[in-house]
Amino acid sequence: MTAHPLGLSATAAAGPLTQPLEPFGGTAPRTAAGAAVRVEYNDRVVRQFALMTVVWGIVGMLVGVIIAAQLLFPALNFDIPWLTYSRLRPLHTNAVIFAFGGSAIFATSYYIVQRTCHARLFGGALAEFTFWGWQLVILLAAVSLPLGYTAGKEYAELEWPIDILIAVVWVAYGVVFMGTLAKRQVEHIYVANWFFAAFIITVAVLHIVNSAALPVTLTKSYSAYSGVVDAMVQWWYGHNAVGFFLTAAFLGMMYYFVPKQAGRPIYSYRLSIVHFWSLISIYMWAGPHHLHYTTLPDWVQSIGMAFSLMLLAPSWGGMINGIMTLSGAWHKLRTDPILKFLIVSLSFYGMSTFEGPMMSIKTVNALSHYTDWTIGHVHSGALGWVAMVSVGSLYILVPRLYGQTQMWSTRLIDWHFWTTTIGIVLYVASMWIAGVMQGLMWRATNADGTLTYTFIEALNATYPYYAVRLVGGTLVLGGMFLMAYNVAKTLGQGRATPAFAPAAATH
Amino acid sequence: MMSSGWSLFVILGAVLNTAAAVWLLFWMRKRRGEAAQTSDTTGHVWDGDLREYNNPLPRWWLWMFILSVVFAIGYVFLYPALGNSKGVLGWSQVRQFEEMQQEQERRSQAMLARFSGRSSLELVQDPAALAVGRNLFANNCAACHGSDGGGASGFPSLTDASWQWGGTPEAIETSISQGRMGVMTPWAEFLGDKGVEDTVAYVMSLSGRRSAAGDAAAGKAHFDMVCVACHGADAKGNVDVGAPDLSDRIWLYGGSASAIRETIAKGRQGNMPAHGDRFGDTRVKLLAAYVMSMGASRAAKPGT
Repeated sequence: MTAHPLGLSATAAAGPLTQPLEPFGGTAPRTAAGAAVRVEYNDRVVRQFALMTVVWGIVGMLVGVIIAAQLLFPALNFDIPWLTYSRLRPLHTNAVIFAFGGSAIFATSYYIVQRTCHARLFGGALAEFTFWGWQLVILLAAVSLPLGYTAGKEYAELEWPIDILIAVVWVAYGVVFMGTLAKRQVEHIYVANWFFAAFIITVAVLHIVNSAALPVTLTKSYSAYSGVVDAMVQWWYGHNAVGFFLTAAFLGMMYYFVPKQAGRPIYSYRLSIVHFWSLISIYMWAGPHHLHYTTLPDWVQSIGMAFSLMLLAPSWGGMINGIMTLSGAWHKLRTDPILKFLIVSLSFYGMSTFEGPMMSIKTVNALSHYTDWTIGHVHSGALGWVAMVSVGSLYILVPRLYGQTQMWSTRLIDWHFWTTTIGIVLYVASMWIAGVMQGLMWRATNADGTLTYTFIEALNATYPYYAVRLVGGTLVLGGMFLMAYNVAKTLGQGRATPAFAPAAATH
Repeated sequence: MMSSGWSLFVILGAVLNTAAAVWLLFWMRKRRGEAAQTSDTTGHVWDGDLREYNNPLPRWWLWMFILSVVFAIGYVFLYPALGNSKGVLGWSQVRQFEEMQQEQERRSQAMLARFSGRSSLELVQDPAALAVGRNLFANNCAACHGSDGGGASGFPSLTDASWQWGGTPEAIETSISQGRMGVMTPWAEFLGDKGVEDTVAYVMSLSGRRSAAGDAAAGKAHFDMVCVACHGADAKGNVDVGAPDLSDRIWLYGGSASAIRETIAKGRQGNMPAHGDRFGDTRVKLLAAYVMSMGASRAAKPGT
């Protein structure tokens, strides 16, 4: 790219990590004399998060492939405590959810909120702080989890000093996002921002309540809750982490990039309203289905199941709105692998949000719980929905951030699409079969009342499926390397280019 | 049990949330006002070209939503779900578990009836009995004794000729039904470091081995003073107190110098849990028969 009207290309071209910080409060839309100036979007922080999304995607999925291999070949931990499955597994989940998924959310929400509010990010250097703060959280997680420091809560393993840092960064994120919404130059708040706002507020509440703990040393704390209450708080958090971190935020992403890429209006505004409010309110009740047939009181389990079933329609509302937005533009799927990413991600979203309510039914859960079916379900959501919608969005985002109209190679995007899709199908299908088989083997009884199979026999029967899963996961990881190469090439031929809000804002 | 205030709070929250969702659904189900034409967008524009249609809610989706709400309402009336409500069916997971367990036990007892009243020595000749015994062993015993009965450190092998608590059918049945508590006293304080080392040397010499560290002759003096009470002057052990034979090269906690040193210095407390109440007489005898069939039991081969 060449110089642009305001002559800011020198700083812009200096790259995302070296640009000087701006003062708190951001750029005023008008000069002291009152003359209107063009509002430049803060895309520097978007570039930073977008690039780290690719990096953390590779790291998180690589750790996933390693632990998948360890299940098949236990010797792969080399008898080194830091490399044992028990420590790498939380590293994998934290890396893919919070490092990869989190960076994708930060990048896209900062990009989208500016474009749909016609305003620069609020808070000036605060956005920069959320980037470096979040990277510090990830770094501390990557060090402390292999060393064995853990709070012992799933998806909330990090110890209390890191939890406090997360809370601080998250509040800063909230201030930047809500502040930008507040100073928007358009009357209506775009639907994507409803989802991002709900996600930011809810995750703050979930994180702070669930992480409440009594510290005893710098590296050790005890939960503020005990027994079954602790379990319930944990899964209220855990399920809403899925509902808000991995669903609402990525729906926000979907609501911007699907209509943008398809060049079509959103299918239905009223559907957006109904499914948004029903989704965010009903999700809150669904956590107890993680604790069926435990010491959790019967009534809590039942109400968790009832609300989980009512969650099916609100979830599908988002899928319908996304897929129907493409009606009239289906022919574009033939030539645009990015749209393929987006449409397949919505299909996986619909499939896993059907599967989830079904698995919350006590009778089904009695078979599926504690088996690899759960792992398959999670990955059909996390890889099929979350990763694919993020990757599709990044393929739209990255070239625009660097003054290009498209990625360096569309062919490589297509390759990425097929390796990912085939990898996920292998992964999910093998875990389905393995899970149902395990559930049936564990419950099979002989006429004399004894169990037909010992645990080790069910484990032995799972090995072939672990192998297929490893192949699937490796394909997905391989796709991420294709993406990294494509992104590097795109950066190489482009330049960080400033973007501006439309001159005549709609009021 | 919750106080009625909390119960009411939960009921209200659940009902209001569901009612609000349904109200929103009905309020939004029809087009109204200026945006009545499907082909028109709402008029809002963002980022240059982002627009929205205002299509009606898909009917099939709307009905799916309503059906799920109807199902949920029915479910919370039938099952305990609304605060302190017990539900019309009076279902509880504990009752479901107990009923399943009783049903399973009823069927098992019908199947086990053909073996009841027979001694374990008779059962050991019956392949059908041994098949049941194998199942019982895999479910209940294999975790400690190994699926082949070969044992592990602290858990005796059931396949050899050595029986810590006796290998007669009665002794094996007693081990299974009543359990066993092995007590080897810690001797470090009484014997001192050298005393322990010397005793290790003597104990190793009983099975024809030598220890570099200790003086076996001095160890014998310690043995004759304290160990003899349980293990006997000939060190052949005593099944009545569960004292193992020290001369047979079979070791419950390992036969290396360091393992023997640890046993003498710190003592050992082996625990076989009692299973009689849970199993009943027939299952205990079936298990005893299977255990005898596994190895060179003296009982199964009365000649030895």
